[in-house]
Amino acid sequence: MSDPLLSVRDLSVVFDVRPQGAWPWTPSRKLHAVSGLSIDLQAGETLGLVGESGSGKSTLARAIIGTVPTTSGDILYQGKSLISMSPQERRRHRRDVQMVFQDPLAALNPRMTVGDIIAEPLVTHEPGTSRAEVKRRVGELMERVGLLPNLINRYPHEFSGGQCQRIGIARALILNPKLLVCDEPVSALDVSVQAQVVNLLKEIQSDMGLSMIFIAHDLSVVKHISDRIVVMYLGRPMEVGPAKAVTRTPTHPYTQALISSVPIPDPKAERARARPVLEGDLPSPLSPPSGCVFRTRCPKAQDVCAKARPVMEKSGQGQWAACPFHG
Amino acid sequence: MAMMGNSDVDLINDAAHLAEVRGRSLWQDAWARFFRNKAAVAGLIVLIAVTLFAIFGSYFAKYEPDFVDFSLMGANAYRGVPSIETGHYFGVDQDGRDLFARVVQGTGISLLVGVIGAIVAVFLGTLYGAVAGYLGGRVDSIMMRIVDILLSIPFMFVLILMLVIFGRSLLMLFIGIGLISWLNMARIARGQTLTIKNKEFVEAAIATGVSPFTIILRHIVPNLAGIVIVYATLLVPEIILFESFVSYLGLGVQEPNTSLGALINLGARQMNNGTLWMLLYPLAFFLITLFAFFFVGDGLRDALDPKDR
Repeated sequence: MSDPLLSVRDLSVVFDVRPQGAWPWTPSRKLHAVSGLSIDLQAGETLGLVGESGSGKSTLARAIIGTVPTTSGDILYQGKSLISMSPQERRRHRRDVQMVFQDPLAALNPRMTVGDIIAEPLVTHEPGTSRAEVKRRVGELMERVGLLPNLINRYPHEFSGGQCQRIGIARALILNPKLLVCDEPVSALDVSVQAQVVNLLKEIQSDMGLSMIFIAHDLSVVKHISDRIVVMYLGRPMEVGPAKAVTRTPTHPYTQALISSVPIPDPKAERARARPVLEGDLPSPLSPPSGCVFRTRCPKAQDVCAKARPVMEKSGQGQWAACPFHG
Repeated sequence: MAMMGNSDVDLINDAAHLAEVRGRSLWQDAWARFFRNKAAVAGLIVLIAVTLFAIFGSYFAKYEPDFVDFSLMGANAYRGVPSIETGHYFGVDQDGRDLFARVVQGTGISLLVGVIGAIVAVFLGTLYGAVAGYLGGRVDSIMMRIVDILLSIPFMFVLILMLVIFGRSLLMLFIGIGLISWLNMARIARGQTLTIKNKEFVEAAIATGVSPFTIILRHIVPNLAGIVIVYATLLVPEIILFESFVSYLGLGVQEPNTSLGALINLGARQMNNGTLWMLLYPLAFFLITLFAFFFVGDGLRDALDPKDR
């Protein structure tokens, strides 16, 4: 395989949490949002990230786009470490990696026109571009994402959620980035609009040959768009593998539980199947369980699970699971 | 335009060739809401009228504000009564000066003091608060502690000391008022910035690589503007009141200049001499101006913050 476009090496992101009403000298508690995560992303590949809320998906995305400081580990982009870059270098690098946000309206400045919003990355990284040229490119892109170019002077609050997300996508695409990070781009949208936006992203991805990191908690959406899927739990990868394999033959107990929780749109089949239901809640990332973080809710948990953190084991064709009892 | 169905391809094609549509910005929406508010519009009209009075009133005055009519001096209670015939529309003060011309001058100076103080507050306070809030952390702590310290100094005492040491002048008064008026504005701007900077559009700008200073000017300050404008309109009357108080103490605007506060002070001292007009005319202008500002401020708040009504 060729060199990956993006490679995350043993990345940890730890937040300091100040206990309420504490003395200034009490040590702050550590929240492990992402701990020891490694993934590779090939050029042109779409990587799906799934997991419950609080599993560290968004933190990982923000670490990759560089809006959250990393604690340890490294992120290599085309072999260059993003962590050790100078701020100026990092700012120049940002044109290659763009992000689409979860809340379509909140991601757009309410005081700016759509044209100004979409043009912002262009104006920032190519300040010499003439006004006419900026306008032409914005218009082109608006058409590309399915917006009428004559709406260029409108304001975000005049658009629907789906349209706002298209504006956000247009903004992310104007510099022809190499990597697009989509943080739950459809979870705030209606189901019918979700499909439109997902298909738009898929189309753009294959047209422009982008790499994409697609985050969602909806497995069916991720399955539809991704080449590979990473299943996360409490900041750690549980299972990695090709989208089809992970969704059809999950090998990690957590993935198995996730897949079985997806409802089947047929009441008879739904009632007939056996569903291993996950008991309990996600443990607090302030004090994650020892060893395997999933053991507190795992149907296969044994004594060894509490002792050592499980390593990734090959569990199928290109499929890896962080569980000694996979299968 | 907004009602397009997906299947109406013809309609879409037609629409695509239409001229660009002008969007309605939040400002335009706010203006429309403001103009539906009758009390606020009335306040605005009164305010414009008072401003015009302050600017052009001197053309209607028959006397200069510092012209002393010695024949009326001390005799204003019976010969300096307000009348149209003598040209002393608002009467004469105890020194034989035309009160109409004095009120025009005083209104002008009071408005000037208030507006300049508010402008200083808007520019300095907003920028200071936005920078502190956006940068956060230690910078924020240090910047806001400086504000706290300045706020904790008994300001009236400092202003009086300043006016005594550096001499009582209009410039000193501007400097003194400018020094404090921005402190509260900085706090308000910082608080708002803290909520705005966690919005996703700011994160999007950071992820795009926009420099921090540009983010403050392009993304933070325009979104602060609503609350800043409201606060500024409410700050103007506050400063006018403040200046009146300082003038009332005899430390503010000095003769031959005057302000509404100074005029009210003079009028109040002459209350027992049967020249009540010396108190009532400046007081009327003072109250009308303050009320107008408060109504406009309230109207702006409702217009800019439709959710918090």
